[in-house]
This record gives sequence, C-alpha cells and structure tokens, in this order.
Amino acid sequence: MSDYETVIGLEVHVELATKTKIFCGCSTAFGGEPNTHTCPVCTGMPGSLPVLNRQVLEYACAVGLATNCDITRYCKFDRKNYFYPDNPQNYQISQLYLPICRNGHVDIETESGVKKAVRIHEIHMEEDAGKLIHDDWLDASLVDYNRSGVPLIEIVSEPDMRSAEEVIAYLEKLRMTISYLGASDCKLQEGSMRADVNLSVRKVGETEFGTRTEMKNLNSFKAIARAIAGETERQIDLLEAGQPVIQETRRWDDDKECSYAMRSKEDAQDYRYFPDPDLVPISITDEFLDEIRAREPEFREAKIARYKEEFGLPDKDILLITENKHLADVFEETVSEGAPAKKVSNWLMVETMRLLKENDLDPEDIRFSPKNLAALINLTEKKTVNSTVAKEIFEEMFKSDCDPVKYVEDHGLAMQNDEGALRETIQKVIDENPQSVADYRAGKEKAIGFLVGQTMKAMQGKCDPGSVNKILKELL
Amino acid sequence: MSKITEMDALTLGQAIKSKEVTVKEATEEYLKSIKDKDEKYNCYVTVDEEGAMKAASEVQSKIDSGELSGPLAGVPVAIKDNMCTEGLLTTCSSRILYNYVPTFESTAVTNLRNAGAVILGKTNMDEFAMGSTTETSYFGPTRNPANPEHVPGGSSGGSAAAVAAGECAYALGSDTGGSIRQPASYCGVVGIKPTYGTVSRYGLIAYGSSLDQIGPLTKNVSDAAAVLTAIAGHDHRDSTSVDRESQDYTKALVKDVKDIKIGIPRDYFGEGLDPEVAAAVKKSADVLKAAGATVEEFDLSLVNYAIPAYYTIAAAEASSNLERFDGIKYGYRTEDYNGLHNMYKKSRSEGFGAEVKRRIMLGSFVLSSGYYDAYYLKALKVKALIKKAFDDAFAKYDIILGPVAPTTAPKLGESLSDPIKMYLGDIYTISVNLAGLPGISVPCGTDSAGLPIGVQLLADCFNEDKLFRTAYTYESEK
Repeated sequence: MSDYETVIGLEVHVELATKTKIFCGCSTAFGGEPNTHTCPVCTGMPGSLPVLNRQVLEYACAVGLATNCDITRYCKFDRKNYFYPDNPQNYQISQLYLPICRNGHVDIETESGVKKAVRIHEIHMEEDAGKLIHDDWLDASLVDYNRSGVPLIEIVSEPDMRSAEEVIAYLEKLRMTISYLGASDCKLQEGSMRADVNLSVRKVGETEFGTRTEMKNLNSFKAIARAIAGETERQIDLLEAGQPVIQETRRWDDDKECSYAMRSKEDAQDYRYFPDPDLVPISITDEFLDEIRAREPEFREAKIARYKEEFGLPDKDILLITENKHLADVFEETVSEGAPAKKVSNWLMVETMRLLKENDLDPEDIRFSPKNLAALINLTEKKTVNSTVAKEIFEEMFKSDCDPVKYVEDHGLAMQNDEGALRETIQKVIDENPQSVADYRAGKEKAIGFLVGQTMKAMQGKCDPGSVNKILKELL
Repeated sequence: MSKITEMDALTLGQAIKSKEVTVKEATEEYLKSIKDKDEKYNCYVTVDEEGAMKAASEVQSKIDSGELSGPLAGVPVAIKDNMCTEGLLTTCSSRILYNYVPTFESTAVTNLRNAGAVILGKTNMDEFAMGSTTETSYFGPTRNPANPEHVPGGSSGGSAAAVAAGECAYALGSDTGGSIRQPASYCGVVGIKPTYGTVSRYGLIAYGSSLDQIGPLTKNVSDAAAVLTAIAGHDHRDSTSVDRESQDYTKALVKDVKDIKIGIPRDYFGEGLDPEVAAAVKKSADVLKAAGATVEEFDLSLVNYAIPAYYTIAAAEASSNLERFDGIKYGYRTEDYNGLHNMYKKSRSEGFGAEVKRRIMLGSFVLSSGYYDAYYLKALKVKALIKKAFDDAFAKYDIILGPVAPTTAPKLGESLSDPIKMYLGDIYTISVNLAGLPGISVPCGTDSAGLPIGVQLLADCFNEDKLFRTAYTYESEK
C-alpha cells in the first residue's frame, strides 16, 4: 500500500473569544439556561436586523495577518440559505464571494522534522447555529438559541498535507497562533475549534487529485489521526478492489473507529448564496490594519528562541511555559519583578500545574499576581520561610492572591534565624531522646531524621531543616 | 371649529396644544369614525381601542405637564401592519403571521410614540407588501374611499385609505417599489418615500431589504414634513441607517421655487399612460412653472429595464427574508404533518398566499446555482446603471416630475388575474427604490370618473428639503 499518497485539506472552524455575539449584544458565555442569552436578532424574529460586532472583524484580521493572508479591503457578508430549526432565520450569515482573508500560509514542522508551508485558501467570518436537543421523553425536539450568533471564523486550507502528522502540526500551529492572539481558546474537546478533514488518495507520482471525502465529528487530535488512517485505508481498499470513491460527507465514530456516509454530492443543497442586504459592505483601512499589527503579540517560536537566549532555561521548561501565552506572560512579569527565571519556572511547572490540574482549571484562570509570586520567591531566597511553608503560602495565593509577606506576618510563619535559640532547642531534643542519640552514635544514620523531625516540631516548622541537620551533627 | 376627523394632523395637534380638543376626544372621534366606516373600507387589520385610550390619557398628562410639546403630540395615527408593535398583533396581512405578537417595537413607531402619537391600530396591506392593490391580504381587500368599487392601491392601501376616509389623522406606510406613493395617488393623499437609510428599518418586517423604506401618508405636504421629522434619524440597530444630521423638514415648507429646475422625462409619457393622468400631471408642471420654476423635458433612459431588475432583486431578497416563516417558532403551523420537512412544506403552502409564493419561487430561481450571474448579478448591474442615469439627470435638475402610476385606481378584481400587467403598473415608482432616491406623491386632480390622480416629484438622495419645498409650493398654488 505504500505506493499510495494521502492528500488532505482542512476546514477549521474557530469560535472567537468575543464577549458578545457577532450581530447582537447577547452574551457568548457557554452554558446558561436554554434561550437565556438570546434577543430578537439571534432568534430570527421578524423585523430584527444584524449589526456587525467590530471585535469579530478585528480578530479575523488579526488571524489573517498572523497567517500571512491578504486582507480583503472591501468585503461583504452573504446569506447561505437552508432550512433547519437550529438556524432561526433559515439562512446563515457567512461569507462566500468576498471573504475577509485569502492566500495565506503557515509554516509547520512535524515531530519527525518535516518542514513545509501549508497554504490557506481563505478565512471567512460567520455566525454559529443554535443547538437542537432531542427529548425522547417528550418525543420532541427542542431548540436552544444561546449559541446562535456566536462568532466563528472558518479557515480553509489548500490540500497541502500528506499525513496525520502534518495535519496535527498544522492544527497545533493554528491553535498556538490564534490563542496567542487571544482570538479564541481553541479547545477541540469543547468545540471552540472544530476541524473537518477533506481527504483523497492517489498513486505516488500522479498529478491529478483523487475523489475526496469530507470527514466530520472529529473532536480530538487523536480522533483526527485515527480518522485519517481509517479513511486512507478505506479509500485504498476501494480503489484496489476496482471501485470508485464517492464524493460524500462522512461522520467519524471514534468509539467504533470507522466512518459512515452522511450525504453524497448528489444530495448537496443549493444554498442560493447572495450578499446580505441588511449588512453594509466593510471597507478596511490601512489604519485599522496598522492598529491590529501594532497589537500583535510575540508568538511562540520567537518566545522560545528568546527564553533560551535571555534566561538560559532548559528546553523542557521553555516548551511548557510557552504552551500557553498567559502562562508565559505570568512568567515574564514575575521575572521582571526581580525573581530568578529558573525559580519562577519551577513554581509554574510544578506547583502551579499541580493546582491547576487538581482544580480542573486553565492557565487563563491563574489568579495570583506575578508581584506576589516574586515576593514569595524572595521569601524563600532569603530563607524567611522554608519550602514546606512556601508551598502552604502558595496554595493560599493560588486561591486568593494574598500578599505572602503579610501572610507570613499574620500567621507567624517566619523562620527562626536566631541560631542561639535553635541550638538551645536542639540540645533539648538531644537530652530528651537518649535512645535515638545512642542509635545514631552506634552508626544508625537514619536516627538523625527523627531528631530533625522533633526539632522542626518543637520550632513549629519555622526553621530551615538544613541548618537543623548541620547543628545536630555538630552537637552529636 | 371643523370636525376633528377632517382636520389635518398639524391642525389637530395645534388644537390639542391650545386645549380646544383633548387627546381623549380626538382618539374617541377617530375610533368612532373607524367603527362607522371600516366595515365598508376594511382599512384596519387590528384596531387597538384599549391601547389607544390608554395612550391618550398618558399623552394628555405629558402634554399638560409640558413634557410633550411637539406638533404631533396627541394626534392619532395608523401603522401599516408590517411594522412591529410591542404587544400588538403584527400580521403583514398574512395567514402565516395571523397570531404573531412582537416582543419589541420598530424604531419608527417608537419615534412616533416619543413624539406623542396615539396608535389607533394596524392597517391592511398586500400580503408581505407584495402587490399593488391591497387585494393579496389574507384579511380581504381594502376599498378606495373615493369609490369603494375600486382598489386603494398598494401595498400600503390600508394606510392610504384610512387617511383618505378620515379613519386616522395620518398613517405610516412602507415603500419597496411604490407602496406608499401609488396608494397615496389612488386615494388622493400625500405620501413620501424618503431617501434609503433615512428612517430605520429596525422592526419593519422585510420584503426587499435593500429597497424598503418607511414613510408617512398624510392629508397634506406639511403633515408629511412633520411626520418625517418625527420618524427619521440614525439608528445603531440598522446598519443601513444613514447618520444624517437630524433635520426639521418643516423648515422646507416655503412657497418658493424660483431656483428650482424641473426635468420631465419624455420616457414617462409614452405608451401605456392614461391621457387623463398625463394631462393632470402636465398641468401640475404648468403650475410650478407659473410659480417661477424652470421646467424642461429630457430623456432619462433605461426606464424599461427597471421592472425586470426590480422584480429580480426584490424577489431574490424576499425569498430569503421570508424563509424564517417556517411554523417552528411563531406564526401559523399546519395541523397535520409527518416529519420536519413535511411540516415546513405544509405550513408554508397553507400560510402564504399565491402572490407571495410566486415571488418566493421567482426569487429562489434567480439565486439558484447556475442562474445567479445571469439574473441576480445582472439585475444589480442594471440597478447601478439606473442610479447613474439619475445621477446624470440630477446634475442638471433639482426635481424630476412625472406620473405616479399609468392609470387611476382599477376596479377590485381586475388586477390579480394578470400579474405581469400589475407589475408593469409600477414602472414610474420602482426605479426610485432601485436608486435609493426620495419621492413624493401629491394629489393633482381627478379623472372623469372622479378618481384621484397624483403627481410624483423626485429629488436626489438626501434632498428631501427641495422635494418638500416644491411639493408645498405646488399644493399652495394649484
């Protein structure tokens, strides 16, 4: 089978992170009781009219510029007409004739080191549909329009990918670029990023493309990889058996690891696209684009290179911190507050990640301020608190962004750096535990652990275990 | 003092202001007039007696407290039934919206309420504003008060007839291809379609979105200027609303046309124009000439292309605009159905009338794959050329003067059997919508059967003041 080549193009839908919907002022917040984030506009009431949310245009242009697209300076919205109850007007406002971005590309590098450019055919803006809920108990279908009118961009690639690995590198690149721009959180599982895979196969060396199918319902990178493998095999089997591949839309069932035909090209609807007369054409000025360019963040590749150069951090640290722009921001701000880079990196990689995971949170949910993290690191550097106490303080900071210096004062957690007092306590511990002392002196190294513990207990943890160890050995 | 229902809106507003008439009296008089006459004319789909009386007492106390002092405060109005009125049935004269009560109000109506208007009810119209006679209404035809054997024109026939019959002091209509001006002409009242974008379309149930405009139907030109002043204004909820400086159109009510150059398109006086209409319209040009205006004939060109272009664009937009009426969320749903698609099909087949279905099919056809370029795109190009022809004309003239319709009002039942003939009747009005221009219809006489004739005056975009000045001068001098 190795004499076949897989040809893949992607249609990626990304839900934009605007506070309000694309054509009305309703909230885009996920969840909420059905039909509570709705108004006459996003429920398609007669007489209502759409007005474009400027933020949608800004995000779409920002993504277009970051993916090397030409921005269409005179662009329009079109109506895509089809009847379905999740679509309250029975047309979706989208873009066909003059999409906002065209002719872009992103550079990808796969795990195995393949470097290539994947071309972007176009990016267009559109509105999301509502959600149908089929209620078996009522034997009825109900519709929730909370999602109706949530802004989307659809990024359509050229058929430039040849493997699942390339597809994942491309999606990963889009995800990083778009989330760094703040235009979306790009979560496949939650549906804020959705990818449809267009796939065909051909013999290596052929110049014509084979007949393609479109695969839907792919909600993880793993599902995408499995679906690509499965569909490639299915198409090759058909061709080898002398049967044609039918141009159709297929639905991937990731549990059963196979796909089902949804509709063929013959069933394709005529959407009767035409320019939406309710929305005026958009003219995009140089100033508008300049403003967007000026706000463009430092992207991940640049950050990785700079962190290596500027902070000399290990690759593992850099990759983890730059995985999320917010995390990278917290890192940079904490360092700029005077904390040593590696110490900051450790706090973010270990304790922060642990607490985020335990609380099922994202880096965006981090509440402690870089200033307070820097102050905590400073306390440990000065040995005002030991690492156990520092972790305790950090947990509180994670919850309430408390000031660590004040917390230490309020709770009397500062270490006893008065060596005289410490020596006195240690001597007392030695006097009270003759058996352990005897054990240690008899060569049982472990016995010292007990004595350190007893000292820490007597000092209520407010001392440095290293110093305790040192003094103990001295006195013994 | 003359009878309340015979006063024009501004006179009644003045009488209310000077306490000669109370708002309650004015409202009761009009409700009584509706009771007496509407069985005969069928101008209204819904009469809101309770709402009107409640509004009357609220407006009266605001007038008494000085909170309301505008010229239309307390004056009763009728609203075409395609403008959303919060809590009040809004049907578009269609079975498919027979039970639809909007949860929000159209901006034009809100603006009128803020000016102290008392809303009497909702007027009959051609179903979804598609038609030129008000005979396509699900609620039966409206009759012309000048002669009940004849239609009032359409689609704002209910509004025009209500003004003519004294069933309201003034009314709002909407004009997509002549739907204010033509019924105004047939019923002998004044009607103006403002420049596209002057009055917000928010809450106007769309027919052809790129052509629809709301405007007043009134007893005279002064009322029209006052009502337009009240309803016009930029609205952030309508992207096509133009941010014009707010204007007081009543300032243009001046008897002076000495600087006005009037062009009369020769193309408007060719075949198909009733000689009596032609004579009355030419006579109105003579009146303006005598008042000092310069009048000359010219060739406008492209006149014959306006009808096919209009019916392509309007039907295309309508086919999409009317998709939301599917029986799912509101309005009519068929009794028996088998599955989703059967429910759509039956609800829409039973809910829409023949003319609406014809235009949905026409519109769906011209937008369908393979025909889009040949029909819809070509129609848009023709639209641009028509705009250009008007631009050239307005480089030479301030006002274009011509007939509103080729004939006076036809008899009931004469038009629907021949839709093409009905469409051809729109020849003088629709190019104005295609070009987005303002146009006014002013009564200019009657034919030998006593049916009203209107003269149409057009101006370049945003030149309503010239239109009002010329119309006012004509009205005063005729």
